[in-house]
Amino acid sequence: MNEAESAAVRATGLAGPPPARRLADWRRALPFLTFALFLVIGATFTDAFFTERNVTNLLRQIVANGLISLGMLIVILTGGIDLSVGPVVALGGVLFAGLSDRIGLAPALAVGVLAGGAAGLANGLVIARFRLQPFIVTLATMGIFRGLVFLYTESPISPAHPAFRVLGVPVLGPFSIGLGITLACYVLAGFFLNRTAPGRAIVAVGGNAEAVRLAGISVPRTIATAYALSGVLSALAGGILVSRLGIAQPSLGIAYELDAIAACVIGGAVLGGGGGTTLGTLFGVFTLGIINNLMNLLGVRSFYQDIVKGSVIILAVLLVGRGRRP
Amino acid sequence: METSTEIGQRAGRVDEAGAPTLAAEAIEKSFGATRALGGVSVAFHAGEIHALVGENGAGKSTLTRILTGALRADAGRILADGRPVVMRTPLDGQAHGIRMVHQHDTLVPNLSVAENILLGHMPRRPGGWLDWRAARARAAAVLARLGQAELDVRLPAYALSAARRQIVEIAKAVAIPPRVLILDEPTAALAHAEVEQLFAFLRALRAQGVAIIYISHRLDEVLDLADRITVLRDGRVTGTLPVRGTDKTALIRLMVGRAIEDLYPRRASIAAAPALAVRGLTRAPSFEDVSFDVGAGEIVGLYGLIGSGRSEMARCLFGADRADAGHITWQGRPFVPRRPRDALAAGIALLTEDRLADGLVRGMSVRDNASLASFGAITRWGVIRRGLQAARVGQQVRALDVRPPGIERDVATLSGGNQQKVVLAKWLLTEARLLILDEPTRGVDVGARQDLYRTIGALADRGVAVLLISSDLPEVLGMCQRILVMRAGRIAGCFDRAEASEEFLLACASGVSH
Repeated sequence: MNEAESAAVRATGLAGPPPARRLADWRRALPFLTFALFLVIGATFTDAFFTERNVTNLLRQIVANGLISLGMLIVILTGGIDLSVGPVVALGGVLFAGLSDRIGLAPALAVGVLAGGAAGLANGLVIARFRLQPFIVTLATMGIFRGLVFLYTESPISPAHPAFRVLGVPVLGPFSIGLGITLACYVLAGFFLNRTAPGRAIVAVGGNAEAVRLAGISVPRTIATAYALSGVLSALAGGILVSRLGIAQPSLGIAYELDAIAACVIGGAVLGGGGGTTLGTLFGVFTLGIINNLMNLLGVRSFYQDIVKGSVIILAVLLVGRGRRP
Repeated sequence: METSTEIGQRAGRVDEAGAPTLAAEAIEKSFGATRALGGVSVAFHAGEIHALVGENGAGKSTLTRILTGALRADAGRILADGRPVVMRTPLDGQAHGIRMVHQHDTLVPNLSVAENILLGHMPRRPGGWLDWRAARARAAAVLARLGQAELDVRLPAYALSAARRQIVEIAKAVAIPPRVLILDEPTAALAHAEVEQLFAFLRALRAQGVAIIYISHRLDEVLDLADRITVLRDGRVTGTLPVRGTDKTALIRLMVGRAIEDLYPRRASIAAAPALAVRGLTRAPSFEDVSFDVGAGEIVGLYGLIGSGRSEMARCLFGADRADAGHITWQGRPFVPRRPRDALAAGIALLTEDRLADGLVRGMSVRDNASLASFGAITRWGVIRRGLQAARVGQQVRALDVRPPGIERDVATLSGGNQQKVVLAKWLLTEARLLILDEPTRGVDVGARQDLYRTIGALADRGVAVLLISSDLPEVLGMCQRILVMRAGRIAGCFDRAEASEEFLLACASGVSH
């Protein structure tokens, strides 16, 4: 065989992709197919679904879970989980509401978001420094953070600031400022995770932490960054949520971690690390939002809603997660 | 009834008249547009060691996966004892007595050696209780046949070295006596003595009438062990030959379609100023009082048996572990690596022994894997310059001839040899001045080896100091100007290339007086 022939043989790549690859291809499309499926179901089964009023509602409702899920995705990519997002939502919410009359809206929101970031950073430092299980650490801080929120206020806060509700109201058709912030965060996070060194490190840590350490990248710093971002995004969600509701309850955000984890999983993220995209998660958020919205429109009672939601999560894990990891 | 001697006499002789224990007939398999196997026919007989050789991607793994039922063929038949069989899952394969020793770890880390060996076949007592005493005895008996009687079967699998894990992997496959035993690169992680023990064991199995399919890149081993050799190239059989009358050159020609004359690059010997000086480096209990020098532009070999402390010493040089005592001088300055980052900042890179455990991030692209250790050179304010990244990674991918060459591909979809090239590319992109390579060609085929050797030689020519850790004696002798030998955690000797030979190094490494 001459040089040209052997080069041609090489170019055909006879090693070929293993058969798992084709499966992985349709799995990658699954979050979008699921979304399309529920969109069709919505259009078919209720007349009220594609009304302006309902779409506006839907887009307002998904904002909070959208931000929390984005933070959850970043943590899940490192191979972790953040169960403390609910109290951090409340922390961001009560600080924003409590301080807005005194120091103004933007500074109050900033304080709330920074406090959320500090809470997340605390999670990350404890997990990374002492090599503890993220599940246990964030389960513990879920209690601690909730306690801190009640320490700040035991009663709901309803600020008098005239522009307090600005983040939640629709400004352009069905779109609110909060929704704009959420979508902007998705674009930024997508850029961060795919195009920056610390972002790639977060994805790599979930795949193989030892390889990352040997590549000279600080694993503790990478993990701490991920949890801090989760805290920032959850607190921001809390701020936007109380702006929409007009009132900040210290009990805000209970069981929110469930919806966030569900959205990530429906969006194709792999618990334990190594897989997941921001776009997939966004579609997971939309899908979950539509499921909730549809069942409300159809007048399905709430405990049925829980059963349906839980089943969808299991189904998503079965379809997306099975066989992904060798 | 046959006596054992009669069975023994039959060993190695091919019974052409009888139906083969396992046979593939015109097997075809494609993945998408890529044809992995194009009509492969090969027969495996009882009491015969049949080697499968071929370059990475020739179709050996695909064929064995079809033979074990892990994969279904598009066309063709599988015959067991002359009768066609349908195999849908590995369980069907096991039902026909086909057992496979995989190239990669399939052990459960948290379970003991005994449980891993007897996984699914744990002996029970009445009432369903596990019979631990019997389990340990049975596992120990299997290990003893493999020459590993001293291995504690109560140890958890995660506590074992790569070599020990490989041996347990083999023990697991033969715990239930197989009719067909397939081994995929079983000696990749083993040192010479363990290889000898494994071969003795395989010959004993052959004498008992087991059909053994042996896949290896190490042609010397294949010629030593096998009765027949089938060569695969690009998904087709290019020849099935008896070992007698065959030599390496003939095999390589069948494998690559051309002759490879100079596997190792020819390099002018240079007297280099020492760039790295190690004095009295100690980390108990792995190694102690290790002292040596490596010059700029010099390739120094480090040979030793498994457990001699070579890999542990390399990790300390790189800061992956910390030394208890000793001094390192690097480029004229004292160097105390506390973490891998320190070593990388000083221009030192380590290609680790185990690419799956700590070399690659599966699920990430070749692009990201190759640039993981050199983000600093391709980022501006933390943002990756994609064009620069693609250019740098693409250049290494072409230089090392990674196949297929696309850099967006998930690294997990590449074959073992090509994965190894990606890991090497990662360390080359750090532009290190000292390259520590721990078993860089393990599981890499002969064509790809030549690429790797050429790359390593070219680096040394540019003044990079290279410490090449290897269990492959021809490789050490072919590549290195000086060879250090470690035994039981200490430097047992240091030889110039001119005064060393395979027998000499082996004797030194195993403590036999010469």
